[in-house]
Amino acid sequence: MGAVMSTTRTTDHDVIVIGGGHAGCEAAAAAARMGARVALISFTRDAIGAMSCNPAIGGLGKGHLVREVDAFDGLIGRAADAAAIHYRMLNRSKGSAVQGPRVQADRVLYKRAIQSMLGALPTLAIVEGEAVALDLGENGRVQGVILADGASISAPAVILATGTFLGGRLFRGEEIVEGGRTGEAAATRLAEQMYAAGLPMARLKTGTPPRIDGRTIDWAVLEEQASDSEPWTMSPLTPGRQVPQIFCAITRTTAQTHDIIRANLHRSPLFSGAIGAQGPRYCPSIEDKIHRFGDRDGHQVFLEPEGLDTHLVYPNGISTSLPADVQHDFVRSMRGLEAAEIVVPGYAVEYDHIDPRALDHWLELRAMPGIFCAGQINGTTGYEEAAAQGLIAGIGAASAVLGRERPVLDRANSYMAVMIDDLVLQGVTEPYRMLTARAEYRLRLRANNASDRLTAIAMQAGCVGGERAAWFEARQAAKRQTIKALQQSVTGHSLAGHGVAVKADGTRQSLYEWLRFPAVSLEQLSPMIGEIAGLDDDLAAEIEEDARYAPYLERQEAELRDLRANERIMLAGDMDYRAIVGLSNEMVERLEAARPETLAEAARVRGITPAALAAILVHARRRAA
Amino acid sequence: MSDSDTIFALSSGAPPAALAVIRISGTQAGVVLRAMAGKLPAPRHASLRTLCDPESGGELDRALLLWFPGPASATGEDLAELHLHGGRAVVRAVERVLAAQPGVRLAEPGEFTRRAFQHGRIDLAEAEGLSDLLFAETEWQRQSAMALASGRFSRCVEGWREQVLMLSALVEAELDFSDEDDVASDSVRRLEQGAGSLMTEMDAALARPPAERLREGIRIVIAGPPNSGKSTLLNRLAERDAAIVSDIAGTTRDLIEVPVAFGGVPFLLTDTAGLREDSGDAIEAIGIERAAAAIARADLVLWLGAEGEGPLHPRLWEIDARLDLAERAAKRKPLLRLSARTGENIGALVDRLIALAADMLPPMGEAALNRRQAALITACRDALHALEDCGDLLIAAEHLRNARRSLDALLGHTHTEDMLDALFGRFCIGK
Repeated sequence: MGAVMSTTRTTDHDVIVIGGGHAGCEAAAAAARMGARVALISFTRDAIGAMSCNPAIGGLGKGHLVREVDAFDGLIGRAADAAAIHYRMLNRSKGSAVQGPRVQADRVLYKRAIQSMLGALPTLAIVEGEAVALDLGENGRVQGVILADGASISAPAVILATGTFLGGRLFRGEEIVEGGRTGEAAATRLAEQMYAAGLPMARLKTGTPPRIDGRTIDWAVLEEQASDSEPWTMSPLTPGRQVPQIFCAITRTTAQTHDIIRANLHRSPLFSGAIGAQGPRYCPSIEDKIHRFGDRDGHQVFLEPEGLDTHLVYPNGISTSLPADVQHDFVRSMRGLEAAEIVVPGYAVEYDHIDPRALDHWLELRAMPGIFCAGQINGTTGYEEAAAQGLIAGIGAASAVLGRERPVLDRANSYMAVMIDDLVLQGVTEPYRMLTARAEYRLRLRANNASDRLTAIAMQAGCVGGERAAWFEARQAAKRQTIKALQQSVTGHSLAGHGVAVKADGTRQSLYEWLRFPAVSLEQLSPMIGEIAGLDDDLAAEIEEDARYAPYLERQEAELRDLRANERIMLAGDMDYRAIVGLSNEMVERLEAARPETLAEAARVRGITPAALAAILVHARRRAA
Repeated sequence: MSDSDTIFALSSGAPPAALAVIRISGTQAGVVLRAMAGKLPAPRHASLRTLCDPESGGELDRALLLWFPGPASATGEDLAELHLHGGRAVVRAVERVLAAQPGVRLAEPGEFTRRAFQHGRIDLAEAEGLSDLLFAETEWQRQSAMALASGRFSRCVEGWREQVLMLSALVEAELDFSDEDDVASDSVRRLEQGAGSLMTEMDAALARPPAERLREGIRIVIAGPPNSGKSTLLNRLAERDAAIVSDIAGTTRDLIEVPVAFGGVPFLLTDTAGLREDSGDAIEAIGIERAAAAIARADLVLWLGAEGEGPLHPRLWEIDARLDLAERAAKRKPLLRLSARTGENIGALVDRLIALAADMLPPMGEAALNRRQAALITACRDALHALEDCGDLLIAAEHLRNARRSLDALLGHTHTEDMLDALFGRFCIGK
């Protein structure tokens, strides 16, 4: 994985991170937690930790990523708790493996929390400025970054977390503006350098809805959605709710909304042909929804307040690039929004991203060793996806510079690895968003067992601070003690005597095995296992699900053994796929773009048939011989 | 053994015969052909050439040559066919010259098919069908193997796979997007319906008689006490002296298996050591033990012993096989009376066997599943069955994933080398 770097500390820093969004902050913090000297470059100090789009964090699949970054002692989970004004556990009725913890966050509080956590890291420096160019040495290897004022700072590793700043174009109706987010300068000079390097690039689009002044919404007529009353948090280190909770509301588009949009479709850059790039299928613009699902009589719109000290409301579900006057009209066609005022109209952004197949599993560019890429620049969408990539790139870069072993992450232990593996092997055809369906081993990758899966690995990588380490040790001790207590075997008869709804017969098995039955909960067994310090509701839920899914996990073990055997068959980085008879041109192109490192990875490249894989294996063996 | 070698093998039956076909596959095929026959023939056109030993210049044979440049050949590699005169000496001489060429060697069993598979010319199910085709000696076997080799079976499994994917998509939509009101609410009903109809199709495929019976033949065991004429009947049916016949009790000490075909249907006749309890001979005792095992595996037992005293077996025919002996203890109600010695009434037995086959073999032209295929389809079916009463959508998704994996394995989407070796090791050399 990646090139070995010199560990001489003659440079200003060990790692430079360009960009202070979710990827950049997480990358900088992870590297700094590991002891690397980090410079985080941002246009302004104040922009660090800004939420540029929807002020919500978590959700299905995304909530898992937040918990995993948190298990590595990352920032996003605790910052979300510090700023959360509304908690909602999605999919509550289903198993926790697919539950999605999600919060609404106050932008100001969120940014403040991030900046304060970054400030507490002793080896992290914040540099205000514009990174205009990479400083490439004579051998083409990166040795630092050049700023707009001509100053240069040196480091053997640079992480690009520049968001949509590459070739960004903003569309609102007939208006087209060059640049990234509204009101910010785009880092186009750095972009030129990236283009000149001849990296594979592609174009995507994303969109936002208009922002509405909450004081002009008639909340009284709308269905309210209160914050969850259960005191769960994004990070287990957060002791409960930190700020007052407010409610969201739900409205719907109407037939009139649809008529207005349909009558103006020709004015949307999506339909006029101005935007050619692919947007996400799972999060279409409202004009797409109405065009493609014309038979629906209405679509849900969630009205989400953006903070405690702002009147801005984010109407989730109506991202659009229609002209401002059309946005005004269709917003007012919805219940509760009849008099709503738009503060900032919605828009669509089209941008370039690097084909992530040019990266290795630690997000380092194969063609430019020392340069790592994280976040939207890799064709993903979402804060959580960005944060997780930042963490990976930060650990990858710091490990290389500090000469440390990298932690072992794979599709069977984390969503983060699922995402990275998907990105670097498959590439993207639409902005990549995490879905639980992407994880084959979902039953073991639960949002509520992220610490159990990852914190020990993270501690070994030197990425975890003292507070979390202490918390984790205590929790694992409680878990071990509970599981030990659950080993005692009892009959159905005796369980039924304790009021547990099982068949009262002589069947004898351990309490842990009894827990497999949906009707049996840990709480019911507590008279038999006694008081255990540190056994809280979260841990109880985790143990119950461990027991419940145990038979399925056992069955997966054989599959994982096969997978790991194929992971050990290495494929050379310069493998000549064109020389392998029997591979179609399409397969050769995909393999050349993704450059799988192992046979198991090659098997996951889309369109690679078993026959093709056998041919690759034979070719690899022949080379090795 | 390396996969980069050029390989050759005799692809036709054992010489002597009118013709012998040797195939050569690999990067050196063209070089070898030029060295032995002058210039390359036009692709896919037969041409008559004199084959010589490149070293001595000595003439080997006057042969018909075919040249198939890769990848559009049966193996996906450059492929040559030499149609030689079928004498033993000619074939041996050509093989000797080929083996002496640099980078050229005799093929391992199944290696031609393995290369075809590796180069994407055929998928795993087709490869298995091809193997059966090579073993196919009767019309019935050939048509069934064709159903597999032509990909009809693969298409059927692909269809199942697509349906399982559809069901997975239903569940995943429910799991990942249920908070969005656009997700259809009747997914549980659709899941049950879809799984139900898939299981019905798979059950039908599984209910078909297995491929092993088709490949090995319907197993008929001829049983009876010592010296009851078992070997005589076997020889009569096989129309040759496969078993030693004598009137000394216990002459047949081991099993004698003879494959025969009646009316295009394969049978495997087994002659057993006579079943007697009091044998003093250790070797004969082992033979008796094997006979009991053969009877247990048999599809049909022809019982030549005393009426009603045959072994327990679901399909046992009482046969009176000594119609020619007037003084025998004739059975009262045998299924058939015949004479193994004179052949009297043997035709009636053969007709009955052919009629029985119609029930026991897959219909002609339908793909018959082998044990591995049946096990995977069963696993898929069981995974779908587990969906019933599965309240947890997450577990439903896991069952569907397992169903998908079984079908993937059926089409060769698992790729451990062991499996390939085991599979390809079954091939007879030269195809």
